[in-house]
Amino acid sequence: MTSTNKLLLEAKGITKYFGTITALENVNLKVHEGECLGVVGDNGAGKSTLMKVLSGLYKPSKGALFFEGKEKVLESPKDSQILGLEMVYQDLALAGNLPIGENIFLGREPTKNIGFLKFLDFKKIQEMTNAHLDKLKINVKSADQKVEELSGGQRQAVAIARSTAFNAKVVIMDEPTAALAIKEVGKVLDLINKLKSTGVGVIVISHRMDDIFSVCDRVMALFQGTNFAEAQLDKTSRDEVIGWIMGKK
Amino acid sequence: MEEKDKKQESLYVKLIPYFEKYGILLLLVLMILVMHILQPDVFLSWRNVTNVFKQISWQSMLALGVFMVIVTAGIDLSVGSIMMLSLMILAIVAKAGAPWFVVALVPLFAGLLCGLINGLGITLLRMPHPFIMTLGTLYIFRGTGNLISGGTPISGFTDEVRYLGHGRIDLTWLGLEKSQYLPVSLVLIAVVYFVFWIFLNHSRTGKWIYAIGGNPSAARASGINVNKILIIVYSLCGFLSGIGALILAGRTDSGYPNAGLQSELDAIAACIIGGASFFGGRGTVLGVFAGVMIMGILRNGLNLMDVSSFWQQVLIGSIIVLAVYVDVLRRDFGTRK
Repeated sequence: MTSTNKLLLEAKGITKYFGTITALENVNLKVHEGECLGVVGDNGAGKSTLMKVLSGLYKPSKGALFFEGKEKVLESPKDSQILGLEMVYQDLALAGNLPIGENIFLGREPTKNIGFLKFLDFKKIQEMTNAHLDKLKINVKSADQKVEELSGGQRQAVAIARSTAFNAKVVIMDEPTAALAIKEVGKVLDLINKLKSTGVGVIVISHRMDDIFSVCDRVMALFQGTNFAEAQLDKTSRDEVIGWIMGKK
Repeated sequence: MEEKDKKQESLYVKLIPYFEKYGILLLLVLMILVMHILQPDVFLSWRNVTNVFKQISWQSMLALGVFMVIVTAGIDLSVGSIMMLSLMILAIVAKAGAPWFVVALVPLFAGLLCGLINGLGITLLRMPHPFIMTLGTLYIFRGTGNLISGGTPISGFTDEVRYLGHGRIDLTWLGLEKSQYLPVSLVLIAVVYFVFWIFLNHSRTGKWIYAIGGNPSAARASGINVNKILIIVYSLCGFLSGIGALILAGRTDSGYPNAGLQSELDAIAACIIGGASFFGGRGTVLGVFAGVMIMGILRNGLNLMDVSSFWQQVLIGSIIVLAVYVDVLRRDFGTRK
């Protein structure tokens, strides 16, 4: 079903060396509009390295990235943001001392200009935050609440809201439910489904089979830095995917 | 479950943010009241109040600079030395007979340059902690100040140079007496603090300074150039120390080797009393002002009561510990773990 949708992001033959260590070798990856790709693999399989290549944090030693069919070279995370490629980091890249709204727009705050001076437009930040949270149906008491006052699930929701505040086309999530209480996992997974329904391509890196099987359309496994296996979700099973992680087909 | 959470939020919890913001002002008002009761004739007299402001004038500049650095979870130990070096350069330039506006601008540039050196050292040399870089420059800048001046005081500046630290704004047109003047340094404190309040709270750079203190990796992931902001912060801190030097030149009419000795510790103390957190991202300009005032009033009040300066040290130290303990308690209530 998803293969008919527009191809958003494609990585071809990505290879990454760190000195003499080969972290990734000839890895391919595709994600379509409104599709969720699950990436699984054991520790050290190369998941994080691959995500850092996709977000522009690392430059690949070999291989190329294509965004909506055009080859792109990412020099920094800023470049990937401009393309509409956003990361949600495992350690929740939020500043706890700042309110929700200021976190969502951190680094890209709307400003009011008085002469040559630029002042933060707090009213606009609040309006945009409320509109955006409403769109994603994220419930918080107020956009002015500090992030450190939120629960783990709410923080993750804010992190996801942050990643999609600027018309993201592809969102990459690193272990989005790892730090959450069980009752909050469901809310985050709902949010991922909501993103998909708005046409965003999502890549979820996760150890949790429950996550993969409740939101993903396709799953691929990395093993020792290479593509090991890949399947549409309805054509595989948990046991098979767990086998892939351990290097068994 | 969320309904339950809301109910549990009592009035007490709702008051916490206000306490966080204005609690320190409460302490300040309380101190003023106590001092007034103890010294009813003198403490709130025009002469004494302006005296307090004159005494805290240059410290308040150092404290504001150090505060910005502390917000980024850094530290600047060199502000006292930056001020001394800037003061010595001012004195030498003044003695060489430069016009007054050159003499007045030179310490500001010198301070800015010293701060820039700190910032570049911390970011480009990748010092493991700003403590180390600024501990180094604490010695380097003071040593340089002594080298260029020969370690002897240089006195005698023109009135224009002394204006910020020594100038008086006449208020007789308001029907007040001649002795009831407004010190220029008081106006300067108000202006500088207001400008930096705007900068930290209403500019992007100011917001990013707080963000870096809150979570540097989040700031970096948001595309903020963390190193650039840090260099700006340390440079501004140096610049404020340069203003401090200009004020001190006015007050003392002299460049002297012991200027600003240990004043970096006073500056840090004022920030901590004012509610800034060493872990970064927390604290307000108003809080720092209150911190500076509390230390100034404490010293002034204890002097009025003829309490020995040894007791002043003990009291200021106790207030630091107490203020931070109150902050620890507040945090236990205020945020989820």
